[in-house]
Amino acid sequence: MATTTSAPSLGVSARLTQQVLPIGAILLTVLVLWYLLAVYLNAPGAIERVLAPQGAWSWTDLLRETMAMQRPVLPAPHEVALDLWSSITGWPLNSPRNLLYHVAVTGHSTLVGFAMGTVLGLVLSVCIVHSRTLDRALLPWIVASQSVPVLAIAPIVLVILGSFGLAGVAPKAVIAMYLCFFPVTVAMVQGLRSPQVIETEMLHTYAASRWQALWMLRLPAALPFLFPALRVGIAAGLVGAMVAELPTGAQAGLGARLLTGSYYGQTVQIWSALVMSAVLGLTLTAAVAGIERLVMRNRGQA
Amino acid sequence: MSATSAPLASASLAVEVRNASLIYNPDAAPVHALANIDLAVQPGEFVSLIGPSGCGKTTLLRVIADLEHITSGSVLVNGVSPHEARLARAYGYVFQAPALFPWRTVLGNVMLPLQIQDKTAAQCKSIALEQLARVGLTGFEGKYPWQLSGGMQQRVSIARALSFEPRILMMDEPFGALDEITRDRLNEQLQQLWHRERRTVVFVTHSIAEAVYLSTRIVVMSPRPGRIVRVIDSTLPDERHLGLRDSPEFVAVAHAVREALADGHHD
Repeated sequence: MATTTSAPSLGVSARLTQQVLPIGAILLTVLVLWYLLAVYLNAPGAIERVLAPQGAWSWTDLLRETMAMQRPVLPAPHEVALDLWSSITGWPLNSPRNLLYHVAVTGHSTLVGFAMGTVLGLVLSVCIVHSRTLDRALLPWIVASQSVPVLAIAPIVLVILGSFGLAGVAPKAVIAMYLCFFPVTVAMVQGLRSPQVIETEMLHTYAASRWQALWMLRLPAALPFLFPALRVGIAAGLVGAMVAELPTGAQAGLGARLLTGSYYGQTVQIWSALVMSAVLGLTLTAAVAGIERLVMRNRGQA
Repeated sequence: MSATSAPLASASLAVEVRNASLIYNPDAAPVHALANIDLAVQPGEFVSLIGPSGCGKTTLLRVIADLEHITSGSVLVNGVSPHEARLARAYGYVFQAPALFPWRTVLGNVMLPLQIQDKTAAQCKSIALEQLARVGLTGFEGKYPWQLSGGMQQRVSIARALSFEPRILMMDEPFGALDEITRDRLNEQLQQLWHRERRTVVFVTHSIAEAVYLSTRIVVMSPRPGRIVRVIDSTLPDERHLGLRDSPEFVAVAHAVREALADGHHD
């Protein structure tokens, strides 16, 4: 994550000082703090379980031991990196011991839920914008829906969908959708209402139908509102998918991986799963941002 | 709608307004935006509505275009109500601002009304290119609105309003936001366009020079209540050039307009 390839167009040195340097400085600081904290947090355990029984020990012994514990309170960055590396390279892709397998499982339900949530959000926003009644009837419920903690909703959804024989991706996607649709709905209601009076009247003079106005004016005008919501939505969907993996005792997925890690006190495994989910989240958000750049490339400053 | 009980008018008129009034907020604090307006526009005429702000000139145009509704009287456009005329795509309307869609190219913006009328993609494109040529914008079809100057943007919006060959063109201070040099040039082009095609134009302006230069008839309006104070027939020839503005004839018409405006002010 730390390496940034510099574009040749922008002057390598300027890019280095403006972009790489600040990010690199923060990263370095975080790493140093992380190591210090790891030593501090792991020292009591290392002394008690390893060093004290051996007799005399030096500071270098302590330092070495805090970096190589079975179940450290806080694993050092390189331990997490090594665990990640061995998990990815040491097992075939379809093995539950390979983290990428879990990434695929969670990513799958996130994407399905994201797609469902986006469609639901679009449909709801179009309904709300076109009907005063629906605006008054739906919007309060949509807002209220988000005040219910997803952690409380997840088991209920799993049980109900399970009674229909739906297990695996479906319930997880539904919970991801539950978190995704909200930002999309709210942003699209605002976006679909963003055209100015003059633009609406212009279409009116051409006797455009409501659907034509939606398709030719409201939707394109709403795109700048939609994409930030999609970026938020896909990250929220990942949270939903992972939360949905917790109460099931699910066999696969990053959420399940986090859970089993905490059952067995495998802190390194928890951290690996955590880093992996962060990477997955960043990748998904970056993918949406990439699509946004592609779609919006022709919009001017207007 | 408002124009249902109108007596059978001569269907040949492009626009016929009879005893039309528009009162905003009639119950609490009534505002007489339009009071007893009578106006008949023949096909092929270039009629300007001129007057100070608040005189109802834009409101009158919007009433004719079915963007506002009168509270009494009758309005006919091509012999039918403004609502029916709008649905029949009888007129093209040019707003004060170009109102171009920033996500569409110049060509895409001109194609918009044609797409609304469900023409085929090939038809839309060829007609739009033709229209752009008419306003002198060939070569700019691939550009986006923000890459164009204000004057060019307004020319695109004129091409868009004319794309489906409406019989009437309505323009609401279309050049009001442009600098004088650009405005002169666009006035000249609009005048030539009208002279070539003899399309009916109803034009709202607050510039005396613009009204006199373009119009065959000038309707002078006055505020509180919004009403017509005088209608001045232009004595200028149909074929005009900018140099005409220094001629005694032009000055005489402009003087008449100015007098009418002053009269309206003093009543």
